[in-house]
Amino acid sequence: MTLLTNSAEISAEPSPIVRNLKMFARSRLSLVSILVVIGFFLLAILAPFIAPHDPNETDLFLRLLPPFWLEGGDIAYPLGCDALGRDILSRIIYGSRVSIFIGLSVILIATTIGIIAGLAAGFFGGWIDSAISRIVDILLAFPYLIFAIALMAMMGPGLQNILIALAYKEWVIPCRVVRGEVLSARNAEYVEAAKASGASDRYIMVREILPNILSPVIVVSTVRMAHVIILEASLSFLGLGIQPPTASWGSMVADGRVFMLESWWVSTFPGLAILLLVLALNIASQGLRDAFDPKFHD
Amino acid sequence: MSFGRFFGRLLQLFPVLLGVGFIVFFMTELTPGDPVEIMLGDTQVTEEQEIALRHDMGLDLPIHERFVKFISNTVTGNFGLSFYHRRPVAEVIGERLPATIELSVVALIFALITSIPLGVMAAIKKNTLLDRVATVGSLFGVSMPGFWFGILLLLLFAVKLQWLPVSGRIGYDVEVPVVTRFLLIDTLLAGSWSGFKDALAHIFLPAITLGLPMAAILTRVTRTSMLEVVNQDYITFAEAKGLRKRVIIFKHALKNALIPTITVAAIETGSLLGGNMIVETIFGWPGLGRLVVESIFIRNYPLVQAAVLFYAVTYVMLNFVADILYTKMNPKVEL
Repeated sequence: MTLLTNSAEISAEPSPIVRNLKMFARSRLSLVSILVVIGFFLLAILAPFIAPHDPNETDLFLRLLPPFWLEGGDIAYPLGCDALGRDILSRIIYGSRVSIFIGLSVILIATTIGIIAGLAAGFFGGWIDSAISRIVDILLAFPYLIFAIALMAMMGPGLQNILIALAYKEWVIPCRVVRGEVLSARNAEYVEAAKASGASDRYIMVREILPNILSPVIVVSTVRMAHVIILEASLSFLGLGIQPPTASWGSMVADGRVFMLESWWVSTFPGLAILLLVLALNIASQGLRDAFDPKFHD
Repeated sequence: MSFGRFFGRLLQLFPVLLGVGFIVFFMTELTPGDPVEIMLGDTQVTEEQEIALRHDMGLDLPIHERFVKFISNTVTGNFGLSFYHRRPVAEVIGERLPATIELSVVALIFALITSIPLGVMAAIKKNTLLDRVATVGSLFGVSMPGFWFGILLLLLFAVKLQWLPVSGRIGYDVEVPVVTRFLLIDTLLAGSWSGFKDALAHIFLPAITLGLPMAAILTRVTRTSMLEVVNQDYITFAEAKGLRKRVIIFKHALKNALIPTITVAAIETGSLLGGNMIVETIFGWPGLGRLVVESIFIRNYPLVQAAVLFYAVTYVMLNFVADILYTKMNPKVEL
């Protein structure tokens, strides 16, 4: 890194985030993946306008209707219908709301808590660090899915409980990342300079350190959002998450299990939706990491 | 690593384990409803009987005394009674454990024998088609929802092609004398080759489903660390000495490149435990994971509580082993 001496040079230099995002956009695969993610977000927001049918409308005459390209299929129900005659495409579109809402909320809650706890632990050290680190160690001692399943089993199913069950452990991950980054930033020159100029602890943490450590946090958040989406789907698949009749991808896969032999499409398409979104998030996070990490810039 | 250091690291486990016990204890406090009422269900009892039961279960004690009792019971392996089975929880869990361990071990073996060669080859033949296949494959592997992948495998290999059985550990017509409770071993001990093949056919799909994400992660780890090792000075030196490429890779590079793979494998073995619940449910595998899921739906909480505790303690121990392995193999690292 070059030391900047005059102000003209400083203003000419684009901010690290902008430079990194430009780097990110250079990779075609990353760009496609981020477009897929944005596509799913739009699907979730615009579900009532896009979905061809009411996701919960049952019609027993349409029971297990095959997708349109198979014999007996109907183009009005492109991906076919489930055992209650509900349109699978519409349910997948509405199901994206659950996955994305939970993925996004859990990550937002967890990252906020993680940043606060990680900043405090890394910056203050001492007993604050010990206390937070012990809690982190204890929560890390539980395999994630088992922890979530146990909490859901005790609290009962439902949207709010899923958020609690997943965020309960999820914050540990951004917390560890932030703490590590703060530890290495604590003695950096810019922090020393801020301290010398009499800035308050809070100012240094929030205005000086935080913007500089945001890149790894963003990378971790995208990859964790993919995890959270799979976890929610797993909980709903087991019947511990989103309850019927609300459409969720995990429970849709579970619904189709019984009819697998004659009606493979009931389970296959919602599973494909999970795979697509999670894959796109994973690729995007890899692209972000490559773009943010100076090691890959050459 | 000196014994003192090892012992110190071992001591650090205690606060973590105590914390784990604390959380598991309070998990049941979250449960809506009264455990005694849940346990009794529709059974009609007098008020005196209910009070007696409450006393037997220790529910009339203040919370801190209950916690102390919970911890001392746990240490002595007394997890209470499973309402449903009307037998001690520890006994019920013990019965289901071999099936789960067998499945996890086979999944682990599957993950290791696929990921290590694939990761090594991908690193050696960097930027070739094989490398790209390995990279894309491992991305798919980590992104695949396990429950969906398992169902697809079932649909294809068990239902459509009928190559493999749909569920269970072994055919009903196969009789195996119980020795180790691991069917792959017991059938061999009994000299029953057909029984062994049957057990293998049953474990095949669940093990692949369970091992896939781990195989994906390990492929990536092996590839990365192999690439790093290949660029080290001593490898360049070996090449300069004129050693054959194969000798260099297998004698010099691989040994060091596998250190991260083994460490990550030890940690990821803990994640197999979580996957067990899903995989055992899909494939009707009579192990602990399925027992826990079933117990949740019949509100058999003492069993769920004990199983979660068991999983967490196993997980902590596996991480401990991973740490020790890492230090042992990599003398530069200090605990």
